[in-house]
Amino acid sequence: MKTIYLDNNATTAVAPEVRDAIVPYLSDLYGNPSSMHTFGGQVGDAVEAARENLANLLGASPDEILFTSCGSESDNAAIWSAVQTQPEKRHLITTRVEHPAVLNVIQHWERHGYRVTYLGVDNKGRLDMDEYAQALSEDTALVSIMFANNEVGNIYPIQRMSEMAHEKGILFHTDAVQTVGKTPIDLSHLPVDMLSLSGHKLHAPKGIGALYIRKGVRFRPFLRGGHQERGRRAGTENVPYIIGMGVAAQLALDHMQEERVQVALLRDKLEAGILERIPDSMVNGDIENRLPNTSNISFKNVEGEAILLMLDRLGICASSGSACTSGSLEPSHVLRAMGVPFNYAHGSVRLSLSRYTTDEDVDFVIEHFPQVIETLRAISPFKD
Amino acid sequence: MWNYTEAVHDHFLRPHNVGPLEGANAIGEVGSLACGDALKLYLKISEQGIIEDATFETFGCASAIASSSVLTDMIKGMHVEDALKISNKDIANSLGGLPKQKMHCSVMGQEALEAAIRQWKGEPPVPHAHEEGKLVCKCFGVTDAQIIRAIRENGLKTVEEVTNYTKAGGACGECLDEIGEILAAELKQTSFVELKPKQRLTNVQRMQLVLKTIEEEIRPLLAADGGDIELVDVDGLRVVVSLRGRCAQCRSSDVTIRDLVQRLLREHVEPDIVVEEA
Ligand code: FES
Repeated sequence: MKTIYLDNNATTAVAPEVRDAIVPYLSDLYGNPSSMHTFGGQVGDAVEAARENLANLLGASPDEILFTSCGSESDNAAIWSAVQTQPEKRHLITTRVEHPAVLNVIQHWERHGYRVTYLGVDNKGRLDMDEYAQALSEDTALVSIMFANNEVGNIYPIQRMSEMAHEKGILFHTDAVQTVGKTPIDLSHLPVDMLSLSGHKLHAPKGIGALYIRKGVRFRPFLRGGHQERGRRAGTENVPYIIGMGVAAQLALDHMQEERVQVALLRDKLEAGILERIPDSMVNGDIENRLPNTSNISFKNVEGEAILLMLDRLGICASSGSACTSGSLEPSHVLRAMGVPFNYAHGSVRLSLSRYTTDEDVDFVIEHFPQVIETLRAISPFKD
Repeated sequence: MWNYTEAVHDHFLRPHNVGPLEGANAIGEVGSLACGDALKLYLKISEQGIIEDATFETFGCASAIASSSVLTDMIKGMHVEDALKISNKDIANSLGGLPKQKMHCSVMGQEALEAAIRQWKGEPPVPHAHEEGKLVCKCFGVTDAQIIRAIRENGLKTVEEVTNYTKAGGACGECLDEIGEILAAELKQTSFVELKPKQRLTNVQRMQLVLKTIEEEIRPLLAADGGDIELVDVDGLRVVVSLRGRCAQCRSSDVTIRDLVQRLLREHVEPDIVVEEA
């Protein structure tokens, strides 16, 4: 059975180019980039080249890039630093629809006496800019707002929001884990202070991430020890994966423009095919303004885990905003924040594509999806 | 991905007895759309109280569908009084088990069955109204009576388990403290029951129990801190041990002996054991 992988917002396939680039650093080129000898030095040069690639992808300068172990670490480090460097400020702003890597950290500080504003969203998952403007205050240490939402794909107005924060002298962090590599980001024009990203969302391996820290922004290391990463993060660099992420960044830079178009076309075809063939289904999120690869669809009166399991039998990998898959019992916090009605929210499926998704994949899914929903609806007691 | 048994997969993919039942004279409904799972159980019960036919409709995950399907298989041909004895454990067992986070699906089956039979008997639909249940979890509409029942029938020990079995506490979490209190009260009661005076152990029994407790309870705890323990002697109620590894150099080794080793041995072997260091 062929695997049709439509869960790219969870993780992506390692690009063959990335894999090939990594291999030498797992064999001959094993030097420590911090060593004084030439053997380590050449590895250090490769790390710096990777840093440059990543900086290019973001419109940043290489010394603004800090390698971390993952997106979550980047988020944690950014928030930690903002809090530590401004002990006098006691207020934080974020949204209700953040990833847990931000939400749980902010909640941690809330338990430690910080005042937090959680911005709500409307039924399309959009933020209210007036609410945001009102929340910004002298006392605000940090605004942390995701660049794009992992579940529904909404892209938030980061440009405007970071400008507004800066007008009040407030630091701005964005979790761009779902955005980097999928849609252009130019930090030379976008005034965010810190930006988190993760390698495995752009066809590099899992276990590597980065944090962009704008020049001049005060930073306190989250991880202390040796002097790696110019003293901003201790620990010997994960050289092979850094190399891999550099190549992944280069690939994204070279092909993003055409890939976004191609992926969005496939996504739209998939979505339209499903909506057309399955009654009582609807797309969640801001259709006009979302990632090119993401589609979140709800099916009335069926439950998400059951859908996923049936898709899985067909070799289709997707993700669900339903509770049951994660062991918690509520529908996803994002869909709840958007006020998606319960009879739809429980039956939500996220389909996320990548450059490796093919036309045949999409056709196969369109062909088989309706049967899955039909079967489950036949069992369901709710038939209105 | 959940680790489902083949039986769960089977019942989920090819559920038995699906759909409304013509001529049903008892219907049990539990759950709701808001809760994320719901079950409607249709029964045809003869005048003699035999369940002649059973079907279901379920909204929910694979475990919920499989639990409903297997339940309808189980009860067909049964007398209602026997059917009422089916516990959620029986349902889960006949599926070869369910992941612990999914046990509430089997509870749903049991409750629907009960509700249907109550309807047939002409009793009020919600048994818990009778038991003067107080609403504990607003998110899932779970009463203290339901929680206590789940604790007793399944021997639950933690709040997390209560959530797995009843869903109470699985959403906003506001009711978690109250669940904790109910649980504590329940556990106290049962431990009272267990505190009957124990039979005096023979020397050999005591020795074996001490060894077992050291192996299974104490050693892993010490190992976590890089330490270890050796049994030197058991002389009546006097147990002599020697700490090893990190614990040996630890300045608070007497605390370890008293608060950990002695406490656990008293708990698991005999309440008046005295532990000494060699
Ligand atoms: S009241 Fe129990 S989880 Fe919300």
